[in-house]
Amino acid sequence: MDLLQTIGGYLFTDIRMAAPVLLAGLGLLLMNWSGLLNIGAEGTMLIAALAAVAGSHYFGSVWMGLLLAMLAGAVFGLLFAVLTVTLRANQTVVGAAINILGLSLSTTLNRVLFGVETTVTKVDSFKVLEIPLLSKIPVIGQAFFAQMPIVYIAFLLVPVMHYFLFKTKPGLNLRSVGENPRVADTLGINVYRTQYLATIIGSMIIAAGGAFLSTGLLNFFTEDMVAGRGYIALAAVIFGKYKPAGIMIAAMIFMAGNVVSNVLQVAGVGIPYTFLTMIPYILTIVALTIFASRAVAPASLGKPYKRG
Amino acid sequence: MGVILEMENICKQFPGVLANDCICFSVNEGEVHALLGENGAGKSTLMNILCGLYKPTSGEIRLEGETVRFNSARDAMERGIGMVHQHFMLIPTMTVTENCLIGDKEGSSVKLDRKEAGRRLRELAERYGMEIDPDAVVGTLSVGEMQRVEIVKALFRGAKILILDEPTAVLTPQEARALFKMIRALTDHQFTVIFISHKLDEVKEISDRVTVLRQGTVVGTHDIDDCSIEDLARLMVGRDIYFDAVTRQQPIGDTLLDVNNLSLHREKSNDGKLLDDLTFEVHEGEILGIAGVDGNGQAELVECLTGIRKASSGEALYRGKNLLDLSTREIMSHDVSHIPQDRQKTGLVMPMTLVENFALQDYYKKSFGKSVFLDWSGVEERSTKLIQDFSIKTPSPYELAQNLSGGNQQKVVVAREISRQPQLLIAMHPTRGLDVGAVEYIHNQLIDQRDKGVGVVLVSTEMEEIMRLSDRIIVLYEGRAMGCVRPSETTVEEMGLMMGGRTLDDIRKGRVNGTPAEEKMM
Repeated sequence: MDLLQTIGGYLFTDIRMAAPVLLAGLGLLLMNWSGLLNIGAEGTMLIAALAAVAGSHYFGSVWMGLLLAMLAGAVFGLLFAVLTVTLRANQTVVGAAINILGLSLSTTLNRVLFGVETTVTKVDSFKVLEIPLLSKIPVIGQAFFAQMPIVYIAFLLVPVMHYFLFKTKPGLNLRSVGENPRVADTLGINVYRTQYLATIIGSMIIAAGGAFLSTGLLNFFTEDMVAGRGYIALAAVIFGKYKPAGIMIAAMIFMAGNVVSNVLQVAGVGIPYTFLTMIPYILTIVALTIFASRAVAPASLGKPYKRG
Repeated sequence: MGVILEMENICKQFPGVLANDCICFSVNEGEVHALLGENGAGKSTLMNILCGLYKPTSGEIRLEGETVRFNSARDAMERGIGMVHQHFMLIPTMTVTENCLIGDKEGSSVKLDRKEAGRRLRELAERYGMEIDPDAVVGTLSVGEMQRVEIVKALFRGAKILILDEPTAVLTPQEARALFKMIRALTDHQFTVIFISHKLDEVKEISDRVTVLRQGTVVGTHDIDDCSIEDLARLMVGRDIYFDAVTRQQPIGDTLLDVNNLSLHREKSNDGKLLDDLTFEVHEGEILGIAGVDGNGQAELVECLTGIRKASSGEALYRGKNLLDLSTREIMSHDVSHIPQDRQKTGLVMPMTLVENFALQDYYKKSFGKSVFLDWSGVEERSTKLIQDFSIKTPSPYELAQNLSGGNQQKVVVAREISRQPQLLIAMHPTRGLDVGAVEYIHNQLIDQRDKGVGVVLVSTEMEEIMRLSDRIIVLYEGRAMGCVRPSETTVEEMGLMMGGRTLDDIRKGRVNGTPAEEKMM
């Protein structure tokens, strides 16, 4: 019974830790299926994390924080779309720029808004929402049904996104743009509009992931707090073979590394903690080297499209 | 069978090229109308205008008597015009049904109704005698099946006029048979088919009427029953070829290049061959012309001979070495020069100066500088001399290649390659897109090289150029040599027939269409 409880506890942590990576991955997925390769999830999450804290601080509501974060994400998405779709700039370079912009802008704004102090400004954050009855199921009840609302949203997005991509007309049209924009164009699809929409909405979903870091997992902002989760999300998309369920599994596997590292740190196994915190990243690299070549990316991913 | 479509006085001006020059073209309902012409005759441009991809510079399109204007492929499709492109517009990772449903706006629901669409597809396919599995992933289908999918896709979207752009170019003979049957089934149901081709046999076989294009203008529209294959060949290639042979100074010398059984497979080996068992010789002081419609293996042949591509089998002996085993650098260092087919993509580096472009081929040689340093003043001197010798019009040797006219760009390539004093010169489309003066100049350069005893391989699709310059001509068709002739001993008809896929032996035996021609019988 004790062991089962421990496992339940691990599962609880894993699901909670996986949520932001899952959100970022799903946002990226939407963009990837429109043919755009955005490596800027890290920067988008960072600015969103700050916006969430600011929104929560000034409006006194964590939901306002989330809204502000998603707005910030939309602006970053728009920026990416203007540069890569309309101006056809190199997507990787723009993505890298977005990361740098997100890091520096969030750092600067944080110091401007909250000062350079050793004590952080704590804000209203997401509360656990227990689902009646279901949360009482032994072992898995707490893990699955006693999470914060945004975690439920993240995991509910998986089937929603799957249905959208593979069962609806707009989903088919989006995928055709990512596979071959010329074909989509000749069949009357507005390629540029599709890419703009996918980027803006995708960035907003990524931003929700960022907001969860600062107002869900924690209740304050620290500089560079995303700590590579944006890149892990990139890896999760590839590992998950560009499918929502795959990304979910990938996010949970990568973040299980995080759980393991936490457990080992607490247990005091004598390995320096800096090495232990590497585990999720090492897991990502290993998984990618093994599975990346087998992933089936949308055929036109990363290639700019020019009409006519 | 009334007139369903009229295109009147269609002109299309591309930068520097008038692709369609006042073309009038009309199609009757329910007929197969062939559009015949060589590469660059303007067939594809005309059809791209019809299906909404290009906008005409001037002219009018009338559909069932009503003037229409298309701004996109979708506009044309909504008026019932569907085009099956040479390169399929299909997404290989999706199923047949999904491919047909992309961009579909029918019905109010956002849900994809795969079942209903699949049922409709199956129905369509059955009605016109095609076999199609709507649930198959397109990438797993054969080329012939993909083409069928394209046709069904067009029908699914309501096409009444079907444009097929060189549909048999990618098919095996058996698949082509099946396609013809399908076309017949479609016209039996009052569909109209426009069939673009440069293959005479199939035009003769499948079409009701034929419109022949040459250099952007209509040569004529005829009932197919009024035309023999020879007539078609003459119409397509043109009567006005001048055969004034270029007087030669020297007799042809010894064998320089000896190509034996050269073959090149496609990447997937069962997809047939790009080059099929080619055997020929090039002598010193001889121009060997390689003729044929574009895309019949000429580019691959040149790439194999210059080491850019690895041949699958065979040999090309030159000075006791097999060129097929050597790298491009090694081949070039044995006095081989290459004038590539596309001066802007592979001949020159456009954003570099002429001086730099002149140094590209031999920059590593001692005469160009010491160790890793280039002797720039020497290179400049050399460039200035070449610019003078070849009368290249440029403000300075430091002008960027991209700022020169096409003719002068080509002269830069020719100057660079000829100044290397080659023994073997491989020139591909050396005069493509040039004005008359530049063409003349480059022809004289090639003749000059021949008279110096250089062996020249001249690949060209310009019949006139090939007939005028070559000592012997090999005609390529789908990677095979149809025959080897001397310009003085052949006719335009014969060349046209070979370019259309008949072997010289067959033609000379008088076997046209598999039956002895009548005049030979007598």
